[in-house]
Parts: sequence; C-alpha cells; structure tokens
Amino acid sequence: MNENEYKIQAKNVDVYYGDKKALSNINLSIIPNTITAFIGPSGCGKSTFLRLLNRMNDYIDVFSMKGTITIDGKDIYKPKVLVEDLRTNVGMVFQKPNPFPKSIFENVAYGLKIQGVKDKKFISERVEIALKQAALWEEVKDDLKKSALSLSGGQQQRLCIARALAVDPDVILMDEPTSSLDPISTAKIEDLIFELKEKYTIVMVTHNMQQAGRISDHTAFFYMGELIEFGKTTEIFTNPKQTKTQNYITGRFG
Amino acid sequence: MTHLDHEIRRLKTTMLKMFLNVERQVIKTKKALIEFDKDLAAEIRETEKRINGIELQIDSDCENILALYSPVAIDLRFVLSIYKMNSDLERLADNVDAIASYILKQETPFSKEIIIRLGIIEMFNICLEMLENIIEAYENEDTTLARKVYAMDEQLNVYNNKVINSISPYILDNPEDLQKHLYLLSAVRKLERNGDLIKNIAEELIFYVEALVLKHKGKNKKPTIIS
Repeated sequence: MNENEYKIQAKNVDVYYGDKKALSNINLSIIPNTITAFIGPSGCGKSTFLRLLNRMNDYIDVFSMKGTITIDGKDIYKPKVLVEDLRTNVGMVFQKPNPFPKSIFENVAYGLKIQGVKDKKFISERVEIALKQAALWEEVKDDLKKSALSLSGGQQQRLCIARALAVDPDVILMDEPTSSLDPISTAKIEDLIFELKEKYTIVMVTHNMQQAGRISDHTAFFYMGELIEFGKTTEIFTNPKQTKTQNYITGRFG
Repeated sequence: MTHLDHEIRRLKTTMLKMFLNVERQVIKTKKALIEFDKDLAAEIRETEKRINGIELQIDSDCENILALYSPVAIDLRFVLSIYKMNSDLERLADNVDAIASYILKQETPFSKEIIIRLGIIEMFNICLEMLENIIEAYENEDTTLARKVYAMDEQLNVYNNKVINSISPYILDNPEDLQKHLYLLSAVRKLERNGDLIKNIAEELIFYVEALVLKHKGKNKKPTIIS
C-alpha cells in the first residue's frame, strides 16, 4: 500500500508520563474504512496510544511525546493544528456511556452547536441522520425531548455514538465501548460498528478477545508499552507469530 | 493451569486412548485373517462398538471446548485437528472391522499363499508401522516423525496398484473361490485406504503444530501458512 493511502500512521512514537516511559517506539499504519482492535493487558499502553490519536493526553501535565502521528498524511501534533478541529475529525466513544443530562436531541446536536452551527433545520437533519446511523432512531424518534439519562445503558452508548457521528468525523475511536453493556446491547453495538466502517475508520480498545475476533479487520497487541504484533485479525487469532501474542490470546500470560 | 489447559489435556489423553484402541484392532485383524480366527474376528466386531463410543465422546468434548472456551491460535488448531483425526481413526477402525466381517462370512480359511502373494501381510505391517510412528509423533508433537508416514503410504499404493494383476490368475484358476478372492481384493483396498487416512492424520498433526496446510498439495508444492 502506498504511504499516502493510510488513514493513520504512527512513526517511532514514544510517550512519557514524567520519567516513566508509557509507549516505546510504536510504528503502526491503519488503512481507511477498516476496524482496528487494540488488545493487551491493563497498563500495556493501548488506551494511551488510542488517546494520542485525538490528543486526549494533552490534558495530562506530565505527558510528553516523541515521534509523529499523521492522519490523512498531516501531522496532528504540529503546533498550528487546532485540537478542536482535530476532534471534529476524530470522534471518541468511551467505556461508560456518558450522555449529558440533557434531552436526546440536545446530546446529539451538542457538537454542532459548539461549532457555532445555528441553522435549526440543518441541525435537525444531522441529528436524525446520526441517530439513524447509530441504529437508535426507531427507538427514540417519537420523543427526542426525553432526557438522555432515561435511556437504557445500551441505548445511551448508541446515543454517544450518534453524538460522535453528528459532527461528521472520518475516524472514530472507541475505548472499550461495550464493556459495561449486556450481551444483547453489545451485539447491537458490534453490528453498528461493523456497518459504520463503510464510512469511517474505526480504532477500538477492547478487553474482549472474541469481540476483537468478531468485528476487527486488524489487531494490534500491546505489552508493556510496546507493540508486540500487528496484523490481520484472522492471522493473529489462528497463527500469531509472536509467542507473547499467543500466550496472551490463549490466556496463558504471566 | 487454566480450565482450557485441563480440557485440552483431557482431550489429548482420550485421543491417545482412541489411537491405541484402533492400533490394537489392526493388530488383531492381521492375526485373525492369517490364522482364520473367527473368535478373534467376532471380538474385533464387538470392540468396534467401543471405538464408536470413544469417537462420540471426543466429538462431544471438541464441541464443548469450542462452545465454552472459544479457543484461539494453537488451542483452536489443536481442537480442529483432533476433530478431524478422530473421524479418520474411526474410519480406519471401520475398515479393519469390514475385514473382520469377511472372515466371519467364510466357512473355510483364506489361502495363505494368496494372502502373501497379494502383499496383505506386508500391507498390514506397513499400516502398523505408520500407526506406530503417528502415535509417537502425536504424543511428542514430532512433525518430522509424522512426515515419515508419507513414504510408507507410497508403498501401500504400490501393492494396491498391482492387486488386479496379482489376483486374476487365482480367480481364473479357482472360480469356485471367487467370493473369497473378491474379499481379499477388498481387504487390499481397505488397507490402502487406511494408509491415506494415516497420512491425513499426519497432515492434521502438522497443521496443529506448525500451522501449515499440506492438504491437496502435490509432492513438490509448498505448504500454505494459515492466516
């Protein structure tokens, strides 16, 4: 694949929290319209790496980084890059559904409003499209004024996905998006993620091996701040090249 | 040790039991045919039921491991390979059970001369050597040893290919023994088939240990690495 065709590329990335090295020499290239799963034990650096992609670590005082991360060939850590613009392009869904204590409509419209969009018709259209894309529209269309907090956990998480989609990003980051959901809600979110890859590039952190196997195209295994193996998910789960990967995915770690 | 490790270890032991039972059936069938021992042939037929029972047990164990533990990588390859080896071994046992049934259908012994001329004793010996190798290869996960059965299978094919020419003069000379000759011809075919089945088992073992697919590859073609 040509260098320029990658959606996301990390080159020689090191991350430090103060003196502590959290990520060491990460090199990774992500193809557009694919789902990439990051797996690894707690503290391995996978969430740190995910949060690099929309500069969520910037808030941490002791955070520092070396190397480059590009999205569509552009270095996202260049000083002139506006973090707000970056986050419009790179949406994020968190582990626990975190709707605002506002109506369903207001939650989805939030991103557009803080961007300064005033056109009510445009906002309504975007909200409807985003709720449809997040497979929530049919369940909430009759009462968009209802509090988002009255929705079930699974519905709240789909609402958060709709909120991320409403600003029309290219990339969606997900940090264990189904870890607090029951199997039925999890299956709905997984179906949704799978459908979304037609339009978006998705990167997710998951502790659920089967989930990584079911929905991702590529899997990256992190361990102690290093990227141990990155490859096609089918290969990682049938014939991993590294012993550490095999030990981890077969549950024989440590 | 994880729960999955326990299950895999148990499955490995049950599979070894299957291997050893099938090997014993082949040894007994060789003896029953050469010595025309109908009691032993009846015993083989009886034991076949027990082998079917072990086959069902292994199938069920594999299904449970897949359903309950979602194995991946080497564990997944192990369960998949056991599932197939199990089926191969059961068919191998069926083949010698069929030979035992031929013995029981006869009133008088088969001609030892014809048995030797058709290479049946030698075929049994090759089959048993292949089985011995593959059992040791399975126990030690030794793929070099597993690969040795390929050459031995070729020897079985040679006997099988010349059996028509070898048996024809006997059929022409003793048409009254036609049925006996046809049963011996069939025994040669079954033994040749057993060689193929043991070769399949070797392929499964190599798939499990080395993640290589050797199936449907000619002698000189490279194996496929699974992904």
